[in-house]
Amino acid sequence: MKILVVEDDAEAGRYLTRALNESGHVADLAADGEIGLEMALSGTYDVLVVDRMLPKRDGLSLIMALRSEKRSTPVLILSALGQVDDRVLGLRAGGDDYLTKPYAFTECLARIEALARRQNPQSAQLTYRVGDLELDRLAHRVTRGDEEILLQPREFRLLEYLMRHAGQVVTRTMLLENVWDYHFDPQTNVIDVHISRLRGKIDKGQGASLLHTVRGAGYMIRDNAR
Amino acid sequence: MPAEGTGFIASVGRIVRTTAFKLSAVYLMMFVFFAVFVLGYLAWNTRRLLDAQITETIETEINSLAAQSRQGDIRRLTAIIERRGRQLGSFIYLLVDNKGDSVTGNAILHVPALDQRPGWIEAEFNWPDEADDRKRLAKIRVFLLQSGLRLFVGRDLEERARLELSIRRARGWSLLMVLLLGGFGAWFVTKRVLGRVDAIAASSARIMDGNLSERLPVSNTNDEFDRLAGHLNQMLDRIGELMDGLRELSDNVAHDLRTPLTRLRNGAEETLRKATSLEESREGLERAIAESDGLIRVFEAILMIARAETGNLATSLKDVSLEEIASSIAELYEPLAEEAGMPLRLALEPGLCVRANRELLGRALANLVDNALKYGASTAVGASEIMITGRKIDGMIELSVSDRGAGIPEDDRERVMERFVRLDRSRAKPGFGLGLSLVAAIAKLHGGQMRLEDNAPGLRAVLVLPAASGNDPGDEKA
Repeated sequence: MKILVVEDDAEAGRYLTRALNESGHVADLAADGEIGLEMALSGTYDVLVVDRMLPKRDGLSLIMALRSEKRSTPVLILSALGQVDDRVLGLRAGGDDYLTKPYAFTECLARIEALARRQNPQSAQLTYRVGDLELDRLAHRVTRGDEEILLQPREFRLLEYLMRHAGQVVTRTMLLENVWDYHFDPQTNVIDVHISRLRGKIDKGQGASLLHTVRGAGYMIRDNAR
Repeated sequence: MPAEGTGFIASVGRIVRTTAFKLSAVYLMMFVFFAVFVLGYLAWNTRRLLDAQITETIETEINSLAAQSRQGDIRRLTAIIERRGRQLGSFIYLLVDNKGDSVTGNAILHVPALDQRPGWIEAEFNWPDEADDRKRLAKIRVFLLQSGLRLFVGRDLEERARLELSIRRARGWSLLMVLLLGGFGAWFVTKRVLGRVDAIAASSARIMDGNLSERLPVSNTNDEFDRLAGHLNQMLDRIGELMDGLRELSDNVAHDLRTPLTRLRNGAEETLRKATSLEESREGLERAIAESDGLIRVFEAILMIARAETGNLATSLKDVSLEEIASSIAELYEPLAEEAGMPLRLALEPGLCVRANRELLGRALANLVDNALKYGASTAVGASEIMITGRKIDGMIELSVSDRGAGIPEDDRERVMERFVRLDRSRAKPGFGLGLSLVAAIAKLHGGQMRLEDNAPGLRAVLVLPAASGNDPGDEKA
């Protein structure tokens, strides 16, 4: 995946691009808003990671300029401003996701990958399939093998989100954001309990477990057998 | 001395430029016009009345004399005139024959007697027996007797002139007094106002110089300056509170960030010193990351609290359904609560809407539930229930989370809402003592408040929030 990082702090920018490269992506670094916009317009990037406060051209204005050029490249905003209004402002300017500094790299990577997936038209399928687990979005039906699994509405949404990002790490905050629509960091293991309940319903008594915990990062639904 | 002179001019200029002085000057001018008008009217009216009175007395006198002349002969008339003319303060009498010679009379007229037609004239005359031959003015009635004689009966206008003079003098004096008193009053008022303003200016200059405990002088007369100074003082108090809050905050930040920072540093040093294997180094680094995550959380909570204490959210508040927020949070914590053996129950009046930021209110509620899960376990088996209730009271929405735990002693309830206060002195449970103060801050940001009550047994945390302004339970998300 080709990623452009627009970050004025040299150290932070180098760290992020290096970490992204190590994760198997190709990351370029732009040191200010003008260069960033130029590179974003000329290059073919899958995801942009844009710091909010940049020299020459501020991050939000970069995104607005990009959007006015009809470029729909997904943008992850990185910001030191973490107040509620700042997130709203960032998303209104055309950003697709918002991450407050300081962040864990795993969180950042998971979000970048989720954004890239969102661009993929396949992500809006009507049914998701992982191994023998199948989720039908229209019929609101989940089956594993021949057996139907009954889920609460919220459990259904949780599974739907995990399956849409099958094979990708999904963090706890991403789940809280996308399933419950809250952006705070739950301090206890609230999400873990939901996951273990869901796991109890979809993996219990089955040969291969599909819902995995990724240590220090989050969760991933994946068919290991394949 | 020129310096003093310009100083005086400058101070006069300062006084003249004040609003008080300008207002006084306007009032003074109005008083002057009023005085001139009143005295002028008085003078005109008095003169008119005096004239009417003189005319009437002369008319009466001349009628009585004319009656005499008709009844008897000329000699009788002259006798009467001579007798009456000698009385003190008498009329002016003059009887002239048809050749213009005086027959009798007590005054010398300075007009040709024969030219005068019958009627009213004003003419100069002299009293012949008076030492000074100052000409006086008289109002005279000329009357033609049947015998062809002319009778002049008049009245000295001295009295009227004296009256006019005294009125003119009164006018002068009163104008002078009005100007003097008014000017003095204006000066006094202006000086006083300037004095108050100068005192306020001096105080505020001292405040600006850094003496922040200084307050504007209040004279206890409850005048407009006192009211103004009172309001400004209240404002200064509020600013002072904010400054104190900020100072306290920075102290707390210093203290409560230093402690985990020290732990972070110590841990890193220890790892560096002692770790012999890769595994040990990895563990040390993971601890360091966990410590820094905790630090970030403290930092964010502090920022939120600081924001709550210095401002409000008014712009980002929307009408949101309390039911949606409460049930989503309840649903979020339900598995955890069940696992902890503390069933989570929801009791909401239907259709409650609050004016809130969904994100922040959700966070506050999550904090309260989190707290209840941490501290709300009952010693009695099966009684550890957490209740979330919502109801409308007096136009405000009350959202409460109650548990069946040990509760908080009444004396500690205020304190526990302060930053970094943890009643659990052993600090065995995770947390930074920011939870309740964060919730209180969020309530404050919404223009509401938080209070802690005894749930007998247990703790009930109540958020009092403003109800939604409209009837649209907006489904907009924060």
